[in-house]
Amino acid sequence: MSKLNTLTLQQTLTGLKQKEFSLAELYQATLEAIDEKNKELNIYLTLNNEALKKAEKSSNLPLMGVPIAVKDNFCTQDLRTTASSKILNEFVPQFESTVTKKLLEAGGVILGKTNLDAWAHGSSTETSDYGRTLNPRNTDHLPGGSSGGSAAAVAADFCTIAIGSETAGSLRQPAAWCGAVALKPTYGRVSRYGVAAMASSTDSPGPIAKTVEDAAIMLNFLAGFDSNDATTSSQPVPDFTAQLGKSLKGIKIGVLYQDIAGLEMVNEQLEKQLSVFKDLGAIVGKTPALNPRYAISVYTVVQRGEVSSNLARYDGIRYGSNRSHFGAEAKRRQMLGTYTLSTGYAGKYYELAQRIRTLFIEDLNHLFEKYDVLIAPTSPGFAKKIGVTKRAAMFGELEDMLLEPSSLAGLPGINVPYYRDPETNLFLGLNFITPMWQEALAVQVADAFEKNTNWNTWRSKS
Amino acid sequence: MKWQDKYTPVIGLEVHAELKTDSKMFCGCVNDPFGAEKPNSYTCPVCLGMPGGLPVPNKKAIEWTLKIGLATDCQINNFSKFDRKHYFYPDLAKGYQISQHDLPFCYNGHLSTSEGIVDITRIHLEEDTGKLLHKTIQDKKITLIDFNRSGVPLVEIVTEPNITSGAQAKEFGKKLRQLLRFLEVADCDMEQGGMRLEANISLRKIGETDLPPYKVEVKNINSFRFMEQAIDFELERQATLLEAGQVPTQETRGWDSVKNKTFAQRSKEEAEDYRYFPEPDIPPFTFEKSYLEKLRETLPKLPEAQAEKWQAELDLPLDLINRVLIIHNSQVKLDRLNEILAELKSQDLNLINFFNDLVNKKIKVSIQKDAKQTILEFRKLHDTETIDQTELNNIMQTVLKNNQDAVIKYQAGQTQVMGFLIGQVMKNINKKIDPKIVRQTLQTALEAD
Repeated sequence: MSKLNTLTLQQTLTGLKQKEFSLAELYQATLEAIDEKNKELNIYLTLNNEALKKAEKSSNLPLMGVPIAVKDNFCTQDLRTTASSKILNEFVPQFESTVTKKLLEAGGVILGKTNLDAWAHGSSTETSDYGRTLNPRNTDHLPGGSSGGSAAAVAADFCTIAIGSETAGSLRQPAAWCGAVALKPTYGRVSRYGVAAMASSTDSPGPIAKTVEDAAIMLNFLAGFDSNDATTSSQPVPDFTAQLGKSLKGIKIGVLYQDIAGLEMVNEQLEKQLSVFKDLGAIVGKTPALNPRYAISVYTVVQRGEVSSNLARYDGIRYGSNRSHFGAEAKRRQMLGTYTLSTGYAGKYYELAQRIRTLFIEDLNHLFEKYDVLIAPTSPGFAKKIGVTKRAAMFGELEDMLLEPSSLAGLPGINVPYYRDPETNLFLGLNFITPMWQEALAVQVADAFEKNTNWNTWRSKS
Repeated sequence: MKWQDKYTPVIGLEVHAELKTDSKMFCGCVNDPFGAEKPNSYTCPVCLGMPGGLPVPNKKAIEWTLKIGLATDCQINNFSKFDRKHYFYPDLAKGYQISQHDLPFCYNGHLSTSEGIVDITRIHLEEDTGKLLHKTIQDKKITLIDFNRSGVPLVEIVTEPNITSGAQAKEFGKKLRQLLRFLEVADCDMEQGGMRLEANISLRKIGETDLPPYKVEVKNINSFRFMEQAIDFELERQATLLEAGQVPTQETRGWDSVKNKTFAQRSKEEAEDYRYFPEPDIPPFTFEKSYLEKLRETLPKLPEAQAEKWQAELDLPLDLINRVLIIHNSQVKLDRLNEILAELKSQDLNLINFFNDLVNKKIKVSIQKDAKQTILEFRKLHDTETIDQTELNNIMQTVLKNNQDAVIKYQAGQTQVMGFLIGQVMKNINKKIDPKIVRQTLQTALEAD
């Protein structure tokens, strides 16, 4: 049998149920991997010393005590929560975020808190005040971000599954760079309560997993209305695994961004994969869409405005660290956001951005009249080398360009690996977008792709 | 020439009132900042502004704000939302206040006063801030923050600048408070800050219609009397400056109730930039017409309507009615009072006496007492004891002997000393007798002399 920490969530649950191994053995394998490599990879900022004890108390619950890595912007009761910023260096929340609460209630255990770009501002995990995280697939490279720690925790088998959050790419882009799966739910599907806010109008917590199936299983536990978050929906929550294994026959898949300059390499690799869908009976068509480059400006203006507002509470009076502890990126974002919301500029920037945001929503709605699922590369390329974000203030926005339109529209999406470079061991990720509330459809199509290709390292092993 | 012949006052009010909902505006914490035993006991991650705290609006507070709007003839914005208003202050946990910017729940209303109708510009809902306590502990000056008040629902009522006197401003304030109490949405305890007043005051030349080029804001006034005094003081002060050829400084001033004058607090040359933007944590609201109509039906009989009814049915002076209405500021109290009035009328008792007793606090209408009990009290109050005429004469003679000065004055035509003499006699009797009898006896004695 492979090492226990390398098993998928689904395999782990089955193994525990059938008593093929014990929780103690699972934790031992996982902690060994962490002991060996966390110092180098810098994935966990805080480890939960009580994890195994808690796991054993949870063994009769649905998640059976499996070890879960949680991004450090989720408030966890009695467990330090920093959002990777020195401002919150000593912050130990007295309350539990809704996501982690649900996870604990289902029998999950928070093994540790993972590194991120400070305040989730970035796509590299290089702007963390606690140092960069390295990509476990190739340590000369970055894991992406902002949920880079959680994506790397999955790729390094430091956990069975991980939790992250996305504003526009922060789940899917690091998953793409680390060769993992990430499911960004519809905005409002999963509660934001207790997640240090980045851009409130797009923040969406979700799982980073080893397989599509694992991500769907996890979303079943996280989703649903929350009386603590007025933006959660009271839409009924379906079983996100219900459509797994169903035929793709007749499903219409639109391929986006074929004509965008700079995407030649990723589109060339994608071209080779399209036959997989056709062989499964899906109808594949290439379609033009509103140029995602405009989404960069829209997303930047909206998000910086919200950031400047959301970070105002760290005014130096509570939490113990004053505002000089903000890193360069947080300062830049607050400055820009303050500027764009100022009288005389709000109309020129913020309101204009919101109007163009509506155009993107309309464009996507229009595309969904023709297609059931839209696909496109998650990121314009492979994981970048360490140090690349220095003097590149807009690094993240450019990296996340392809995810921004649908994120601004609140749509769900899944990233799955669709290519691995044999020389560098780095991956490309494919993004599956569906209309709002149709995560189950995205799960169905992404899972079919995953099962019928060999790019997923966990699946191809078993 | 008086300044009043040359200038018209231009006065607008901003009134804040805390709503008395059970829980706070955006979280489940108890809304009772004045009743809390300890500072920071009614707090949670939301009203402390902790990472990830999210506001969930209080439905009742919104409904009550709409009710205030309907009761003041406001238009309701069928589509409305909350906005973030940014500024830094230690008592503002999030660095922004959730308020309403361009789409307040209510707009374009009015409330009448005896000096004319006051137009209401807007009524919106927001959250209150925490409270700073400045203390010296171990010889160190420190500031403590109490967040019990943080997130308490706060309604802001803004008027057009068409109030023209301190007295009118005071009347408007009192009527507004009465209305809020009638609607049972706010206690408006002025001393504790449950209702807070701000007046924007300036003067313009008679005949001009543009707003004056300056505006003085008097803030943090905690009584209607002080507001009236502050406005009157400001009008005089500004008139003097204008007459001297100066334009008063645009500034915020405070009211010093000891020295009876306003004082400069900070100059306010430019409007502050609050960087408003729609609160992304709270989806916008749409109010259906049918919902608003239903809400309108739940409005109690408002003081105005009651005043008209009493005037017509009881034939009492409006001024007295209004003074009684201000004390009886809830529907239950008013119902009880109406019950008593019907009984008084059937027994043919003096209604003016009764109303005067209410105003002078000699009699109190209470929900705990039934109507009969109150009428008994009223009767007792006006019942007098009898006195033996010889006893009265004896006492009177002693008083007259001891107050020869007064007797001489009276006989010289200074009849106002009569009151003094009556008082002296009453004091010596030690019985509750009708002063009319004393007056009569005294008059007979003095004129016979």
